[in-house]
Amino acid sequence: MSSQAAIYMSDVSFAYGATPVLEEVNLTVSRGEALCVVGPNGGGKTTLLKLILGLLRPNKGLIRVFGLPPRQARRKIGYMPQHVAHDPLFPITVEEVVLMGRLGAGGLGGRLGWYTSEDRAAAIEALRAVGMEGALRWPMASLSGGQRQRVLLARAICTQPELLLLDEPTANVDTLAETQLFDLLAQLNRRMTILMVTHDLGFVTHLVEKVICVNRQVVVHPTSQLTGQTIRHLYGGEVRLVEHHHSLVESAGGGDG
Amino acid sequence: MGEFWEALRDPNYPFLRYALIAGALSSLCFGVIGSYVVARRITYIAAAISHSVLGGIGTAVYLRHAAGWSWCHPMLGALAAALLSALLIGVVSIAARQREDTVISAVWAVGMAVGLLLLAKTPGNIDAMSYLIGDIHYISRGDVVLVAVLDLLVLGTAWLFHNKFVAVCFDEEFAALRGVQAKLYYLLLLCLVALAVLSLVRIVGNVLVIALLTLPAAVAGQLTKRLWQMMTLASAICLTLIVAGLALSCAYDLLTGPTIILLAAVVYLIVAATRARA
Repeated sequence: MSSQAAIYMSDVSFAYGATPVLEEVNLTVSRGEALCVVGPNGGGKTTLLKLILGLLRPNKGLIRVFGLPPRQARRKIGYMPQHVAHDPLFPITVEEVVLMGRLGAGGLGGRLGWYTSEDRAAAIEALRAVGMEGALRWPMASLSGGQRQRVLLARAICTQPELLLLDEPTANVDTLAETQLFDLLAQLNRRMTILMVTHDLGFVTHLVEKVICVNRQVVVHPTSQLTGQTIRHLYGGEVRLVEHHHSLVESAGGGDG
Repeated sequence: MGEFWEALRDPNYPFLRYALIAGALSSLCFGVIGSYVVARRITYIAAAISHSVLGGIGTAVYLRHAAGWSWCHPMLGALAAALLSALLIGVVSIAARQREDTVISAVWAVGMAVGLLLLAKTPGNIDAMSYLIGDIHYISRGDVVLVAVLDLLVLGTAWLFHNKFVAVCFDEEFAALRGVQAKLYYLLLLCLVALAVLSLVRIVGNVLVIALLTLPAAVAGQLTKRLWQMMTLASAICLTLIVAGLALSCAYDLLTGPTIILLAAVVYLIVAATRARA
């Protein structure tokens, strides 16, 4: 069963030192699904993504991605981080950033990190998908926040993944670009599984089948019977529900971080 | 300036020609490595590595006299110390990010302390200052060969793995997710910094070398959009500074190392001021 799922997590717990971040997470995401991850800041959304990527190791429990340990499944995953950690003035062009998605290929050239003409074509294709093909030669430093995010999305798409993990793809995106992003994700979802962290639930409700609520514990709720009118109500409801679980954990003896 | 060109041709001053050749060769790897260092914002690590070089030089010089190891060349000690401190700082920064700065300062100061102590304990008249700020009078044909070998090593490695270095410098986490051994390439980059630093220790000294590694790259970074453009321009600036510094110091009887560094600082200030106004 776990070999068929895109993501399979069983009794997974993770703590930064003595501070528990996620506790007893059970989650199964089937291939081809689109889900969004919601929850308060510091609730463990990004930690969940990093566990799936194998950037963090769980203290307890089992994680399988396409039936493999996360580190072995990395090349099947396209990851879009919320930010790039380092220097906003780093001298690099949009093309070079997107081409990073093609790193790690086999063969001598791939081992050295040399890009082929196919890699360059894939980079242009990915930039076209996010509507940024005109920015190929632009320096990253000259882009707006929303444009940077689209380039990072193109880089994730450029890896030609089976699973797309997006951390806040709509954070700096205006309404028009949001519609385009929605169409793009719907189109990509025909080929790949999508998991995205977002605060903007209204945006994705038509796209995703389930919502994963993360606040130390993880609860999955289907969105299939919902209409647009009830989303806001649902979102508030979900948060209360999660808080309810949180207090249960504490009263059951789970220490507070 | 006329004196400089005459002195270059004078058979009594071979060191001046050696200094010029060594400087010209070094400026290539300084432009390349300096650009990585400035873009990745690890100039303080490069500074610690270059300062720790004195510990290796002091140890080698001391052993040569005290233990009678005639093969123990100061540059051999410098090489060992530079690589050792690069790996030490690299491993600590990977394993325990929050204490990185402490280790950097410790490596920096301990290297200097060991070097000064052992140089002072070595019989004979050894001038620590010639290692601290460089002295072109000591440059030999062997030094030029050493610089050429270091140059080939550094530039060859950078050429082979440039895209991976760019990826690791820009976004280490994503590079690792694509299967790049990000930590290994970071350590390799620090080792390249160590080798690059060695190539100019003779001319500008281990204390001043950091400015020549970073200032040309910092100037080039303000005028270019891509890393390879920054590297090319930084190399050209570095070459110009070394030639001009040698000529000036020769014409006006100035210390070569400090002259080159002050020229670098002036160029940096002019470009920074111009860019700030624009």
